[in-house]
Amino acid sequence: MKNKFAVFLVCAVALVALPLFVQQFGQGWVRILATALLYTLLALGLNIIVGYAGLLDLGYVAFYAVGAYMYALLASPHLTETFPWIAAMFPKGLHMPIWVVVPLGAGLAALAGVLLGTPVLKLRGDYLAIVTLGFGEIIRVFMNNLEHPVNITNGPRGLDRIDPFTIFGVNFGKPLVVGGFSIASVTLYYWLFLALVVGSVVLCHRLELSRIGRAWMAIREDEIAAKAMGINTRNMKLLAFGMGATFGGVSGSMFAAFQGFVSPESFSLMESIMIVAMVVLGGMGYLPGVILGALLLSALPEVLRYVAGPLQHLTDGRLDASILRQLLIALAMIVIMLLRPRGLMPPPEHGKAAPSPATAK
Amino acid sequence: MSEVVLEVKGVSKRFGGLQALSDVGIRIERGQVYGLIGPNGAGKTTFFNVITGLYTPDAGSFQLGGQPYKPTAVHEVARQGIARTFQNIRLFPEMTALENVMVGRHVRTHSGLVGALFRTAKFKAEEADIAARAHELLDYVGIRRLAEYKSRTLSYGDQRRLEIARALATEPKLIALDEPAAGMNATEKVVLRELIDRIRKDGRTILLIEHDVKLVMGLCDRLTVLDYGRQIAEGTPGEVQRNEKVIEAYLGAGHKTH
Amino acid sequence: MDYFLELFFGGLTRGSIYALIALGYTMVYGIIGLINFAHGEVLMIGALVSWTFTTAMAGSGMPGWVLLLLSVPLAVLVCCALNFSIEKIAYRPLRSAPRLSPLITAIGMSLLLQTLAMIIWKPNPKPFPTLLPPDPIDLGGPVITITQCLILGLTVVILSALMWLVNRTKLGRAMRATAENPRVAGLMGVKPDFVISATFVIGAALAAVAGIMWAANYGTVQHTMGFLPGLKAFTAAVLGGIGNLAGAVVGALVLGLVEALGAGYLGELTGGVFGSHYADVFAFATLILVLTLRPQGLLGERVADRA
Repeated sequence: MKNKFAVFLVCAVALVALPLFVQQFGQGWVRILATALLYTLLALGLNIIVGYAGLLDLGYVAFYAVGAYMYALLASPHLTETFPWIAAMFPKGLHMPIWVVVPLGAGLAALAGVLLGTPVLKLRGDYLAIVTLGFGEIIRVFMNNLEHPVNITNGPRGLDRIDPFTIFGVNFGKPLVVGGFSIASVTLYYWLFLALVVGSVVLCHRLELSRIGRAWMAIREDEIAAKAMGINTRNMKLLAFGMGATFGGVSGSMFAAFQGFVSPESFSLMESIMIVAMVVLGGMGYLPGVILGALLLSALPEVLRYVAGPLQHLTDGRLDASILRQLLIALAMIVIMLLRPRGLMPPPEHGKAAPSPATAK
Repeated sequence: MSEVVLEVKGVSKRFGGLQALSDVGIRIERGQVYGLIGPNGAGKTTFFNVITGLYTPDAGSFQLGGQPYKPTAVHEVARQGIARTFQNIRLFPEMTALENVMVGRHVRTHSGLVGALFRTAKFKAEEADIAARAHELLDYVGIRRLAEYKSRTLSYGDQRRLEIARALATEPKLIALDEPAAGMNATEKVVLRELIDRIRKDGRTILLIEHDVKLVMGLCDRLTVLDYGRQIAEGTPGEVQRNEKVIEAYLGAGHKTH
Repeated sequence: MDYFLELFFGGLTRGSIYALIALGYTMVYGIIGLINFAHGEVLMIGALVSWTFTTAMAGSGMPGWVLLLLSVPLAVLVCCALNFSIEKIAYRPLRSAPRLSPLITAIGMSLLLQTLAMIIWKPNPKPFPTLLPPDPIDLGGPVITITQCLILGLTVVILSALMWLVNRTKLGRAMRATAENPRVAGLMGVKPDFVISATFVIGAALAAVAGIMWAANYGTVQHTMGFLPGLKAFTAAVLGGIGNLAGAVVGALVLGLVEALGAGYLGELTGGVFGSHYADVFAFATLILVLTLRPQGLLGERVADRA
């Protein structure tokens, strides 16, 4: 027990100290780490929907987008510049604090999840996939086009000049100077995301080991048997959808503040598919697997971007880093699934049980 | 006169041109094992599905434990007190045996999102109780040592027992077993029979749909024989065995009873 | 009225192409229950093969329609071989794996094909040569082009051929039997592996033709061109009731018309608030609406929960 605690402590210290070490090689690397954590957060959220409840959501990025745009609209000059009456209401500009915006974004995303879920969750599994995919596309079309007749989303150009987070007086947009030691802005975000990921892991773990988590898994395993056990499958599915969407909404607002800029491009179908791939490749429904999948798929290609420069020369410009990245992701999805259909790190097994002796008791 | 657990009157169900059930009624008393037999296509499964809410009957009235009972939504059926097993075993394959039984407690427990996320004292107590009850039930059906194994790794007979434990976990007024002996070998059938016997002795009521005539005749207190959707006989095994119609329809003409 | 007819024929053409693609989706889904995400990419490869052939042979002096005609069997051949291999490599080994695993390889395949196409054909959009007279036919108003006429005609021919294949031949019977119950079909002497391969090959042939039609009608080809028609065609298949061939055709035509008319009139109807950009929203909103009212799709059979 004592040993376990020591290992835990070492890991925690290492995770917290990691960016301080990495930033010596350039802040780009810390940025990669922070982005990987953000994806982990998304993957954890989607894992509730896909991994626990077994509902294939191919439009998860829509919830992410809702959170991101919510934050972007309420903490950037866009609305006050476009609408004089809002400017009149907020003479100092619209800079809502995160304590208002993040819960709002999460709430709105959850609402979107429930609204979408209500008509479609009674459908067969694969229909759900296509409807959620369609929903993701609808949200993207709206983001792209809601600049006429009134400019809400600023179309494909997106929203910029988004406020960085300010938590307890610490502005995340600027380096924090502590006793002559300067901590970069990305490092601050890294810590924030780390805290969120740790918190989410705890929450997910608790859900997993609860009456609700078991009901979700029962639905995933056999919906008819779950119903026969008295589980109200529709409500439980809605709950999973809402919970997952909440995670997406929170991640979205994090993303907006972290980037300082959002545009529809960040919320394409490809993103949704990547998040699904993270969950499934890692090990559906098993937290360490999901985290592994998210870290691997989000960080590895970024790392590749740095080392793949020479390759472009070799191949006459046909194979640049981003193409290589796509190629590797595609191959990884196929090869990993073929070799390990249950994912890289599926839940551990006790082995095969021997049959009981013939007489009862 | 002992307490009536389930009383069904005048159930009819039509699928297109096929009258699957016409005017079928049964009455099951507390502590009974009630058998439902009939040749293939006689309407056993349809009747079973009507009682468990999968099909809506065209006509019929139901009473469960003295209360009017309306088998509508499938998930409501378990709440109202009928638990079932499936002919082709439907466990939750990737969950452990213990978790399977714990799912059965769902309908009798209440903790929600807040309790789970904050691990309230009430939540913890309920979880502990769920786990304890689940262990007890695994023990009861004789597979306690398999608690931590994924249910898909269990042997056929053990899966059947697990399914029964899971059904018992819902604290049913009536437990409905859909051909529990299907696919079992002789020794497994003996074990199953002992288990059903024990469940009955512990005061529970069982509705048994079965193909295996020997098992039914040996176990049941009363039974109904269906043929082409009609109830051709009702009574104790002895009465049914002597019924001419049954011998003709079910056991085949010329078959001697013993 | 001309405007309406123009939109109508545009929608019908689009719907016909969707139908050819949707059939591939629905047949594969009907037989192995998999959403073949790479299907749209097969279409794209078909179009690009045809583009390569027709542009390379442009100087040969052959008339445009001959070139186009010659490129069809070539594209069909390539696509059939491709889809056959995809199934063999990426789906067959996963037949007894968890349900989501083959779906992920399908998505991976789709991404892989797109990336490979981008490497082979470069990422820029390429104009598809105008091989048929582009002028609209005058039917009391310029409402339909020769290309559109050909697409409609060809679709009718192909659909009839497919119906004959499925309903009247031994292979068709085997396909329907496998879709109904693979195990029983196997016991009856049907070789499921062969039937599944055949299904993928037929689907690929339809997709290749659809890809060429798409390219000839809309005039550009690119490695990303398969995505949207693929997505819409799948939507159409679900709309019609997945697994149901007639449903796929009906769903595709409905979707094509809804899109064309929606895009054409949406601006007018909403006073310019919503423009034709919202055509996709229209399509998906139709899907959600139909599935809410008829969860089994327009022509799908109601699947009862079986105990």
